[in-house]
Amino acid sequence: MNGPTSHATAAEAGFFARAFTNRSFVIGFCVTAIIAAMALLSFFWTPYDVTRLIVADRMQPPSSAHLLGTDQFGRDMLSMIMVGARNSIAVALVAVGIGMGLGVPLGCWAAARGGILDEVLMRFNDLVFAFPALLSAIMITAIFGPGAINAIIAIGIFNIPVFARVSRAGALALWPREFILAARAAGKGKALITVEHILPNIANLLLVQGTIQFALGILAEAGLSYLGLGAQPPMPSWGRMLFDAQTRMVVAPYLAIVPGMAIVITVLALNLIGDGISDTLDPKLRRRP
Amino acid sequence: MSLLEIENLSLDIGAQPILKGVDLSIEAGEVLGLVGESGSGKSMTALTVMQLLPEPARTTGSVRFNGSDILAMSEERMCELRGDDIGMVFQEPMTALNPLKTIGEQVAEGIRWHTGANRKDAETLAQKMLERVGLPAAMFPLSRYPHELSGGQRQRVVIAIACALKPKLLIADEPTTALDVVLQAQILDLLRDLVDENRMGLLLISHDLAVVTEVADRITILRGGEVMEAGDTAQTLSAQAHPYTRQLTLASMHVPSRVNTQSLIGAEPLLDVRGVTRDYPVRRRSLFAKSEPFRAVDHVSFSMNAAQSVALVGRSGCGKSTLARIILALDEPSAGAIAFRGEQITGLDQTAMRPARRDMQVIFQDPYGSFDPRQRVERLVAEPLHLLDKRPTGAERRDMVATALHEVGLQSNDMHKYPHEFSGGQRQRLSIARAIITRPKLIIADEPVSALDVSIRAQILDLLADLNQRLGIAYLFITHDLTVARAITDEVLVMEGGMIVETGKTAEVLSHPRSAAARALVDAAPDLRRALARRMQEQG
Repeated sequence: MNGPTSHATAAEAGFFARAFTNRSFVIGFCVTAIIAAMALLSFFWTPYDVTRLIVADRMQPPSSAHLLGTDQFGRDMLSMIMVGARNSIAVALVAVGIGMGLGVPLGCWAAARGGILDEVLMRFNDLVFAFPALLSAIMITAIFGPGAINAIIAIGIFNIPVFARVSRAGALALWPREFILAARAAGKGKALITVEHILPNIANLLLVQGTIQFALGILAEAGLSYLGLGAQPPMPSWGRMLFDAQTRMVVAPYLAIVPGMAIVITVLALNLIGDGISDTLDPKLRRRP
Repeated sequence: MSLLEIENLSLDIGAQPILKGVDLSIEAGEVLGLVGESGSGKSMTALTVMQLLPEPARTTGSVRFNGSDILAMSEERMCELRGDDIGMVFQEPMTALNPLKTIGEQVAEGIRWHTGANRKDAETLAQKMLERVGLPAAMFPLSRYPHELSGGQRQRVVIAIACALKPKLLIADEPTTALDVVLQAQILDLLRDLVDENRMGLLLISHDLAVVTEVADRITILRGGEVMEAGDTAQTLSAQAHPYTRQLTLASMHVPSRVNTQSLIGAEPLLDVRGVTRDYPVRRRSLFAKSEPFRAVDHVSFSMNAAQSVALVGRSGCGKSTLARIILALDEPSAGAIAFRGEQITGLDQTAMRPARRDMQVIFQDPYGSFDPRQRVERLVAEPLHLLDKRPTGAERRDMVATALHEVGLQSNDMHKYPHEFSGGQRQRLSIARAIITRPKLIIADEPVSALDVSIRAQILDLLADLNQRLGIAYLFITHDLTVARAITDEVLVMEGGMIVETGKTAEVLSHPRSAAARALVDAAPDLRRALARRMQEQG
């Protein structure tokens, strides 16, 4: 099976071209794209204005006028889900960005230098890990005040050790490999080797971890806004829609089901993307017929 | 009736045919050597007998073990057979054992499963078996973990597991390929003894004709899933009726033609190693015990001249790879100094090292691990160009890569491919291309051919000899295989326990070894010619 193969085209075709032959990636990607498109669309157009309260239309079940029904103030649920998606995605995306931007360099640095620096960085990492993330996020928002920005920072900080750990573990496994030795014998420094050889080879780990953290970020944002610590009214958010629905569960179950499903579907789609990416990027799986 | 009888066996995996009409048979108490190059279907034959084939496999033909058809057997029946009547020994002793279980548990596991014995009886039996394979209880209690054993000891444990229930048939898939020659000889002896004691049938799979000739009564040669030739080992290999048999035998005994390039004596040595020592810290046994560092390299001194080819031979763990890394400045010596082209290079910083690195390159053993899988050949082969003071432009770089690829017998348009598109031998050519692209004076080659098939090995040795002649590159060959040392080097350094115990002309040291370490290596080295001569003599 290790013989020369004529799969030059398969290897040379771009990553996305290959990813789109993977079923779970395609499903996850399509669903995420629809949610992202909805969020983008909400900047320009929503079926109804989410800031206008029409009490006469309150708690309508799904109908042709309101596809997903209306809430206790008569706001259109579909419009609220669309605007809420914008908030969820932005918070989770920026939080993952913070985690990757700081965590990956720290992890790679620790792996490349080793010794006491590695020890100090990783023990500090453990310290951050030791705090329950959501509780600490609550603490941060309690101190600095609720709001989307503080939620981003709180979730972002707890993403840092995750990425630091994943990238350090990936890099540590690569450093003793012969192709890294060959690069060192070619006189390349540790920083250059990290950029040229380590990062491309841990990219799949990071992408997969990134989608997982993105999904967790959406959950965390929903959790914070459920507690009233995320985006503030009148800005709709999925978490607070759930909170508002819980007292009316018996009367109007769709009020809870709609935002709940939005969260579940988004998280599921992101996990499917993660699966798809790891299958596609793994060169051992790549050549399987 | 034979113990194992395979008739007209064909195997397809997906749409790919793997085996085509294979016939072979093994009697009780007989050793059958199954020889072939990688991809010839040797391992798949073994897996068919064990019914451990990957999922989309289809088999036709018949495989009869002790009279019953294995291909028609239910999975439950196979489970009873595996490990009881048929045992298997794998190539890689490092991965064939469960790292979380003690060796006692792992040997006893099969015994308890198959015989229903209680823990105590099973452990007594396991103890006996471990003693039989050369791991006495006084030194290797059942409570040892695999990581506490060396590679050869682990392979003994694997053999103990496979033979614990006195199987009728033992399948050994490259059982000694991962071991050094001395351990290889010991393991082969052990297998031969177990066969004689228990009248066991042994299917010995190997790519090494010399190994098979030493042990096997009969031989079957596979190529591309077809049996090329089969018969008595000594007769088949000496008659060489089939052209492929001749090709394999010749490749196994191949010696590259080279003019003796003894360089100018008295000129300044190219590489001068003086008193190099490397200590590794050992974890302390207790809080108060002083830890003795482990000395991997112990006051090694030698020097070599330009264009000279020197072999550094020794058993695994003797410190030869550590020494190579120190010379390459990938590791710091604890004491001693290394001069390259007359300049001291120990303790230089990365920038000051650049001219020396340019003239000193490396080839690694594993052709699969020595390339970044995510980069194209062009960037991989061009990597050492980083050391040039003037960075070549894109076009210049492509020219240099193309030249280097031509020199190792590859095409210039290969530079657009990824490493996984090449075979093992081609990848080793890529390693050589990468090593010669800066026109170095010295190449350090760490077991450059030990992972390759015999015919590929012969080609790579030819290539290395040719580059030595044409480009005047000096080699430091690190190997445990004396046939390689004999084929391609002028001088040899024998290393043991971190020290150089013998030096001299390769031919002299190999024919008249003086030190015990050299003698052990020479005696254990499998040599096809010698093994054949002995077989012929035994049979009269």
